Amino acid sequence: MSKSSGRTFFLRPQDIIGIIVLAFVLVVVLPLALDNFRLQFVGKYLTYAFVALGLVLCWGYAGILSLGQGVFFGLGGYCMAMFLKLEASSVENTKIQTTPGIPDFMDWNQITALPWFWEPFHNLGFTALAVILVPALFAFIVGFAMFKRRVGGVYFAIITQALAAIMTILIIGQQGYTGGINGITDLRTLNGWDIRTDSAKTVLYFVCVGLLLACILVAYFVKSSKLGRILVAMRDKEDRVRFSGYDVASFKVFVFCLAASLSAIGGAMFTLQVGFMSPSFVGIVPSIEMVIYTAVGGRLSILGAVYGTLLVNWAKTSFSESFPELWLFGLGGLFIAVVLAFPNGIAGLWQTYVAPHLGPLFGGAAKRTATPPAATPPAATPPTPTPPAAPPSGTAAPAAAE
Amino acid sequence: MFAEYSLSELSSIFLMQGFAGLILFSVFVLMALGLAIIFGQMGVINMAHGEFMILGAYVTYFTSQFFLNYIPALFGIYFFIAMILAFFASGALGMAVEWLMIRRLYKRPLDTLLATWGLSLILQQVYRSVFGPREVGVELPGWMMGSLPVTDVVEVQINGLFVMGLTIAITVAVALLMYKSAWGKQVRAVVQNRVMAGAVGINTEKVDRYTFGLGCGIAGVAGSAFTMIGSTGPTSGQLYIVDTFLVVVFGGAQSLLGTIASAFTISQAQSTLEFFLSGSMAKVLTLLGVVIILMLRPQGLFVIKVRR
Repeated sequence: MSKSSGRTFFLRPQDIIGIIVLAFVLVVVLPLALDNFRLQFVGKYLTYAFVALGLVLCWGYAGILSLGQGVFFGLGGYCMAMFLKLEASSVENTKIQTTPGIPDFMDWNQITALPWFWEPFHNLGFTALAVILVPALFAFIVGFAMFKRRVGGVYFAIITQALAAIMTILIIGQQGYTGGINGITDLRTLNGWDIRTDSAKTVLYFVCVGLLLACILVAYFVKSSKLGRILVAMRDKEDRVRFSGYDVASFKVFVFCLAASLSAIGGAMFTLQVGFMSPSFVGIVPSIEMVIYTAVGGRLSILGAVYGTLLVNWAKTSFSESFPELWLFGLGGLFIAVVLAFPNGIAGLWQTYVAPHLGPLFGGAAKRTATPPAATPPAATPPTPTPPAAPPSGTAAPAAAE
Repeated sequence: MFAEYSLSELSSIFLMQGFAGLILFSVFVLMALGLAIIFGQMGVINMAHGEFMILGAYVTYFTSQFFLNYIPALFGIYFFIAMILAFFASGALGMAVEWLMIRRLYKRPLDTLLATWGLSLILQQVYRSVFGPREVGVELPGWMMGSLPVTDVVEVQINGLFVMGLTIAITVAVALLMYKSAWGKQVRAVVQNRVMAGAVGINTEKVDRYTFGLGCGIAGVAGSAFTMIGSTGPTSGQLYIVDTFLVVVFGGAQSLLGTIASAFTISQAQSTLEFFLSGSMAKVLTLLGVVIILMLRPQGLFVIKVRR
């Protein structure tokens, strides 16, 4: 069951082909096919794909459903926005204020000095670290407190949801420090480079794609490592893993922190591309929508998460443009359908209906989107297109073998 | 923060805020009762619970309109009829939802959460399309308006008192149903050991459906009561859902007494803090307190000891 059983490289051939296809679509096809305006939309959607990626690891593989991913997305986004805002609020830009040199919303709220926690965000290096570490630290505190006490499942989901609610209320309430309900707006430059121009947005799109592909590789690495197998084993038979001597809580804390950091990178890229950050990306509703991206893509498929995110957001944009009142029906229906009819999402459909026909032609490449966890360890049940049953069933065997 | 008030002022503040907290407590208890039955007894997360409540509120609104326009003579008692109608409307919808959706998902609690969230989005949009996006308020019958003076500075509103009385009555009724009736015994048997309950001849599927219906029906009654103290819009239900879930989890999911105790703690903490801090900070502190206590004591306040 260890890594020495044949494979040394963490990507299988079909994974590599899948990643190349995705990279081709994102780097070549979409920029050529879409105008600048639409491409910026795709860039925005892709920032959510980071969250979806984190959820695949956290929810799909480890079975921890967090309804508070928006908190981490927001923390990352706010860290970035604080840096950009400070740069935009130089003394020359803000000389009409009572206190020049502090962000405009602070001035409006009669704050006369920069709060201490804003100070370090003058530094880009610190900001970049904060984007990754602040959410991870927060996730560590929450995860450590809860997983050590063996809180899991629905309780964890409800508590993370409460955290999302608390975060939104806090951000809106502390207007002077956070910009309140409007968020942090009017962001202009990154180290002197104007991020509002079309060319800058195109560059940021490619940076976003690059980061996403890097994060996908990280996700594959985690998934195929021994750690990934322990996560799956834990999800299916937690007690057996615990009895085998593994510290279940630490693994859960790790994957939760990793998911938080991934979401935060997405949040930071969102701020850069869209040019503002507000509490409307933090709360309960965006957090649970991020879960549906993952569910639609396939909760067990790393690449599926990206496709799912793009698909749902594309549907949302086109529906809200033409039939705004229908969108909620569509989204609600999607939630129900994805749970009742195809719990493995697009990836599951791909594997059930498309892959078997492509198999002889493309070899292993056919299974690019869907890889049920059972397929990973060699000893597990064969990856036959199982009918869309509950994912946490049927993969109990590898747990015992660990 | 207490320094600038005199002792008698403080006691009046605590009384008034305590009373305001009691109204919030009533709303929490009414909502949480239904949720506690569904979540605690069946392990199902019903994110659409707020929408079942709002259905009850709309039923109440239309009943009041009906009485106002056709039988104004009986307007004083319309509320009692509305409450019964609300119970059956929400209960029937709940049973339909259980049959169509929930019963397929009993083994996947996290998925129920997502599916019912989808249901709540759909219901919100249905309310918006059918009843319009504006908030509606019912007209209170004459005997429910006004307030009773307790001391010269403290007075309590009659509608608030009425809602509180109603809450107590419903709680007692639910407690009797769950702990004294044969049906309640069946429900508890299914919760404790589904297989054995089936083996001794309890129709567990039927018990599930009626339990879910009962929980939703109580949500409908909660919505009815809610119209007495606030107005109703398509998304009003969602405002309370997180609070209510925390109430249920905080109280210890399977304990009726725990639910009441935790609703009391949370509502009182929130409304007392609200006077001294801004509303948002009061809410943040209350919720944060609950979350932290839950991290230290994840099983909630009251636990039923069950041999698994």
